[in-house]
This record gives sequence, C-alpha cells and structure tokens, in this order.
Amino acid sequence: MNRKLVAVVDYGMGNLRSVSKAAEHMADEYTKIVVTQDPQVIHDADSVIFPGQGAAKACMQALHDTGMAEPVKLAAQEKPFLGICMGLQVLMSHSDENGGVDCLDIIKGNVTQFDLSAHPELKMPHMGWNQIHQTQDHPLWHSIPQDSRFYYVHSYYVAPEDKSTIFGETTHGQTFPGVLSTHNLFAIQAHPEKSAEHGLQLFKNFLSWNGH
Amino acid sequence: MSLAKRIIPCLDVDNGRVVKGVQFVDIRDAGNPVEVAKRYDEQGADEITFLDITATSDGRGTTIHMVEEVASQVFIPLTVGGGIRKVEDIRTMLNAGADKVAINSAAIYNPEFVKEACDAFGSQCIVLAIDAKKVSGENEPNKWEIFTHGGRKETGIDAVEWAERMEAYGAGELLVTSMDRDGTKSGFDNELMKEITSRVRIPVIASGGVGKLQDLVDGVKEGGAEAVLAASIFHFGEHTVQEAKQAMAEQGIEVRL
Repeated sequence: MNRKLVAVVDYGMGNLRSVSKAAEHMADEYTKIVVTQDPQVIHDADSVIFPGQGAAKACMQALHDTGMAEPVKLAAQEKPFLGICMGLQVLMSHSDENGGVDCLDIIKGNVTQFDLSAHPELKMPHMGWNQIHQTQDHPLWHSIPQDSRFYYVHSYYVAPEDKSTIFGETTHGQTFPGVLSTHNLFAIQAHPEKSAEHGLQLFKNFLSWNGH
Repeated sequence: MSLAKRIIPCLDVDNGRVVKGVQFVDIRDAGNPVEVAKRYDEQGADEITFLDITATSDGRGTTIHMVEEVASQVFIPLTVGGGIRKVEDIRTMLNAGADKVAINSAAIYNPEFVKEACDAFGSQCIVLAIDAKKVSGENEPNKWEIFTHGGRKETGIDAVEWAERMEAYGAGELLVTSMDRDGTKSGFDNELMKEITSRVRIPVIASGGVGKLQDLVDGVKEGGAEAVLAASIFHFGEHTVQEAKQAMAEQGIEVRL
C-alpha cells in the first residue's frame, strides 16, 4: 500500500507542534505527517494542513516571506485542505485586524471583530470551550456529535459572502460562522488539536477524507 | 449555548515531578506529570497549567522534555509558568508544545516584556500571573498589592491597577492568585476576583485557596471568574475534575461535560 503524505504548512506562525502531534496521534501506519516550508513538498502532498496563530498581518507577511502563499493557494484549490484558526482567517479576501490587511482571497469575504457592545458581561478574546452547531452535513463531522464543544481563542471571525460555505456556527454574544467548507477545503476557527476527543476525531476524519 | 467556564488543574513541577507543598511546608510527591496530566485529561479538565518551580538549568531541561511528552499525549491547552523571563523562554516552551505561558515577576521587573511577548507570539498565548495580598486594614477600603517570591516580597504595586495595565499591554488572560488564601483551603478571595473581573475585559482565572467544590462555584458566581484553578483537591484524590464540573453544573454554571 502506498504511503499517504500529509503536509503541515510551516510559515513560522503558530503552534505547529500541537497540530502535527494531534495529526500523528490519529494517523495510521501508512500516513506520514510532515511539517514543511518546502513548496515542492506541499505540491507533492496528498493533503495539506494549514495552521496559524497570532495576527493576520504577521501571518500574511510570513506567508509571503517564506514563499508559501502561492503553494498554499494552489493546494487549497486541488487537494484535501484543513485550515485551522488563523489558517481559516487568512483564506478570506480581507481582514480588518490591525488597520486591515489583504489575505489570500480563496473564500470571498471579510474577517471582522466581535461587536460585544450589547454584552458587557462577555469576555474578549473569545477563549475557551464553546459549542459548534453543525449547519450542514460534512464527512469531517463524522462521529462528532451535534453541538460538541471545541476550544476557541480569537477576537475576530470570518464573514463569507456566500453563506452556503458555512458548515458550523458558534455563539458568543453573536452567532458567527466557525467552520467554512468549499469542495476540497474545510477550515475551522477553533483548535481541533486542543479539543480533546472531538478534535482528534476531526483529524481522523480529515486524514481519511478524499476531498469530496 | 455559550462559552463554558473552565476548570484548570494546576501542577507544580520540580525536576520533572509533580509536587505540592501543603501550606508551604511538606512537599508531597504527587506523581509523574505525564501520568497526572493524562488522568486530568480523562477526567475532563479544560486545560492544564504547569508551574515550574525548578531553580536549576538541568531541571529546566527536564521540564522542557516533560512538556514535550505531555503535549504529544494530551490534546487540551497547556500553560507553562515559572521562570519565563525572556522572549527566548517563551519560544522554547511553545516549541516544546505549550499553548500559553504564564509571566509573573518578569513583568514586574520589566513591564515592556509583556508588550514584547504579545507582539512576538500574540496575546492568545500570554497569561499574566498576578500574586496579590490584601494590604488594607479592617475598616479601610479594600486594597491589594502585588507580592513576589511566594508572597514574601512586597512591590507596592496596586493589584487592580496592575491588572488593568497588563490588559492594556496585551495580555490575553489573567491568572489571579490570592497569596492570603493560597494553601489555606478556605476558598478564593472573591472580593479581589470581583474587583479585577469587573475592571478588565479579558478572561480571569481565579486561583489560591480551593478546599472544596463549592469554592469553585463561588469563584465563578461571586468572583466573576471565567476559569478556576486548583491543585491539591485534585492531586490527592479528594475530588475528580468530573465531580467538580457536576457541582458547577448543578448550580447552573455552563461547563463542558
């Protein structure tokens, strides 16, 4: 049996170790998880995990500096692709964070800040375990119960123009899209690598997903 | 449907072992950190915090190795505190698998370090630890100040003002420990917690003094904490994290069960 190669994109932003360890934990003996900065490895990989952390501007800068922006864009259009946290936000057209920055424009829409002016009791960042309401079926939801809790930490959220890309929603003062998917791409604002059994199940589902 | 309040078991680690001083005196060995962390993960802990009390550089190496071990087997957020003084210390811990670091005395000696750390790694991984002690007399308005060196050394810094300042500097979360209550098992100092939670927008973790499950409930309800941290009630089998969550849920607090 052929080995399956899964590339975890390393552009210097984010807790790659957590992501790669969680993927390794759920990978079978035929699956190899590689953390890489090499566009060729991303090109050759069967599927791609795109994590991210920190500010959108710094992430975009790092993607350009490392030459990873183009390979990531290509991968997002042609093979099973999992975006996590900032790895979801920078897929959008534009982020309002820190005065604004243009992003990868793979999914049309903006990244905007929570408006909690009506909820002075709620804390920001949105940090901790919140429920994801699965708004559409998806292979990556397999064996993950409806409204399961995932670990979040963020102050901005994605607002896609095409609402049919929304596959999960979460409420923190306002209801926001926590999960987007198009074709071969699935991206989640929460951290599955830190979300105990449901997060691990999501990795397992991703590793066996052919992108359809 | 909303955010759950978090329960965070705290492990004091010395040279790669979990230890816990009972009222600062006898340090009881509470086990192998990887095993302890796995146990809490299985019980449904929402996060785990390690406080590295190791003073030697060899011991630091052991701690880094321990974080690596835990991070490859436990898939919930891990925070590491103790001895975080430089940007490089943060990088080392994050690379080892920590998700957040807790900064304490380094922020007092050099507050700009907090800004620097948040700029380099993002607010989401910077927890600011505050050790506070009540300094006001009985008929005076409440006042708490920051103490260092396990509560022995005063700094003259007002704890509530410090909390607001650290929020402004970018800290993503505050870990507030009452040095008056730590190790006493008499409950959190909820007046202190309330004062801070009502003044900052970032989440506050209440710490210091948990002796029974009701103390955790009170930390949320009276203190306004987003998360509650405890050590000894979990370490020595008095209660499981699951029991703590049930106690909170029974009193109407949203938890991850």
